[in-house]
Amino acid sequence: MDPLSSDDVRRVAALSKLELTDEQIERSREQLARVLGHMDTLREVDTEGVEPMARPDDTVNRLGDDAPTDALSREALERIAPAMHDEYIRVPKVLGEGGGA
Amino acid sequence: MSAHGNERAADIAAMVRRGDMTAEGLVSDTLRTIAQRDVSLCAFLEVFEQPALREARAVDAAVREGRDPGPLAGVPIALKDNICLSHGKTTCASRMLEHYESPYTATAAQRLIDAGAVIVGKTNLDEFAMGSSCEQSAFGPTRNPHDAGRVPGGSSGGSAAAVSGSMVPIAIGSDTGGSIRQPAAFCGAVGFKPTYGRISRYGLVAFASSLDQIGPIGMSVADCALAYEAMAGVDAHDATSSDRAVGDVSAQLVQQPQRMRIGVPRTARSDANHPGVADGLERAIAALTSTGAEIVDIDLPHAEHGIAAYYIVAPAEASSNLARFDGVRYGHRAEGDLALDQMYRISRSEGFGDEVKRRIMLGTHVLSSGYHDAYYNTALKVRRRIKGDYDAAFAQGCTAILSPTTPTPAFKLEAHRDDPLAMYLEDIYTVGVNLAGLPAISVPAGTAEDEGATLPVGVQLVGPAFEDTSLLQHAAALERALTS
Repeated sequence: MDPLSSDDVRRVAALSKLELTDEQIERSREQLARVLGHMDTLREVDTEGVEPMARPDDTVNRLGDDAPTDALSREALERIAPAMHDEYIRVPKVLGEGGGA
Repeated sequence: MSAHGNERAADIAAMVRRGDMTAEGLVSDTLRTIAQRDVSLCAFLEVFEQPALREARAVDAAVREGRDPGPLAGVPIALKDNICLSHGKTTCASRMLEHYESPYTATAAQRLIDAGAVIVGKTNLDEFAMGSSCEQSAFGPTRNPHDAGRVPGGSSGGSAAAVSGSMVPIAIGSDTGGSIRQPAAFCGAVGFKPTYGRISRYGLVAFASSLDQIGPIGMSVADCALAYEAMAGVDAHDATSSDRAVGDVSAQLVQQPQRMRIGVPRTARSDANHPGVADGLERAIAALTSTGAEIVDIDLPHAEHGIAAYYIVAPAEASSNLARFDGVRYGHRAEGDLALDQMYRISRSEGFGDEVKRRIMLGTHVLSSGYHDAYYNTALKVRRRIKGDYDAAFAQGCTAILSPTTPTPAFKLEAHRDDPLAMYLEDIYTVGVNLAGLPAISVPAGTAEDEGATLPVGVQLVGPAFEDTSLLQHAAALERALTS
């Protein structure tokens, strides 16, 4: 793999929704490059014809009954929300000027 | 030393059940002990006084009224603070969840309470369980009870220190790449990571969902078995929990396994091991041999690639799981007049610590366009190779695999500061088990001398998937042979 550049780290930080200072970008670049250097040793392994294993083999999702069950109350969820407006969670403007979408 | 300081959970429960001792008196003692000892160890993030005494009185009432108070009657238990309880806080040792109060209780915690246990507090961890030293906690590190200048291990370092420091007989941890076994080894305790799927993950704050597993830390194999038995079994709230029968684990523990053929990987005798760790392994081999076990050399050819595969798979899953922390529905939200995207970014940057950010970025990178195949898919293929190595060893007749739990005894605080790769490499013996989904247990195997300190060392036994009871029998046999 090509060495990790500062722009690569900026791109990854943006995808991760993280804000990093220039100093943090540089330190992250050094640390991630070292870690990724170690990851490159995986290329020594013969993986020809091997199926990727995303989870322990024996586990398969079980389907539940298609019936309503108890769920957390709205009041319980309102109590942990950072900001409410009546019965809605308040968020910054989504569309238009100043919106993030 | 409190009344129960060195007693086993089974003995405590028996005394409470007979009415020889009240749960309330016991829990009062525990709370006093924690208040005295935890000033220097910092194992606890929160201690529950009134709720714990209330739960204890309910156990006493059951005993008085002739109702069954459960197999863990009155046993004080601490929970790692990434396991949800419907009272108190569940912080994951993160600024992101510093004020978070879970509206629900994890299945594993509820089953302990239903078995009569009393939850006395929440223990410290590396933030979101990401670390091997407990130094990544946003609320300060926990100290190793054997040497205050050293780490207790991680990420379940608070749970291991709470047990090793004789504050509680059992504490619950979670293990994604060694986070129960490594701190148990560093603190001289027993730490058990069950087969993936044995214990419901409902209410365990997700780090890497295909690797995470809840399990107990105690001072004996029997205590770990008792807590495991209470927590294990299928749960409708976790679709990956297994519906295989758990069985009567504690009753079977006194039996020696019918046959013990212990595979010792050639890599387990690495020159890189600390000499005290190498001695611990040889002590365990001699002890097992004395019980009639057969010891055979085996090869796990892909074990050396475990760290690289693990530190791709785990951060990849973490980057996805931790995307939920966006400042909208719960957790930290940045102040000020911010646009939506800015609010996400600043909330996350303020809420997460350095190691969590590093793993989110690492995971995002290995999943991103252009790198997905080279890193993530390759790691998943190597994961299958690693599992194949274990399968082959068990197919050749091994009933368990033995290695050190860690290459060194507990290291000093700040030893791996600013060198994440060095910290990751500490997990060499533990991560393969999580990648393969197998059960594994760390058992104390004497001590090592390191720069004037006498420190515990642990050995790890690994069993085939869902052979948890057999693995615990092996561990109990090893424990008996090492302590006799």
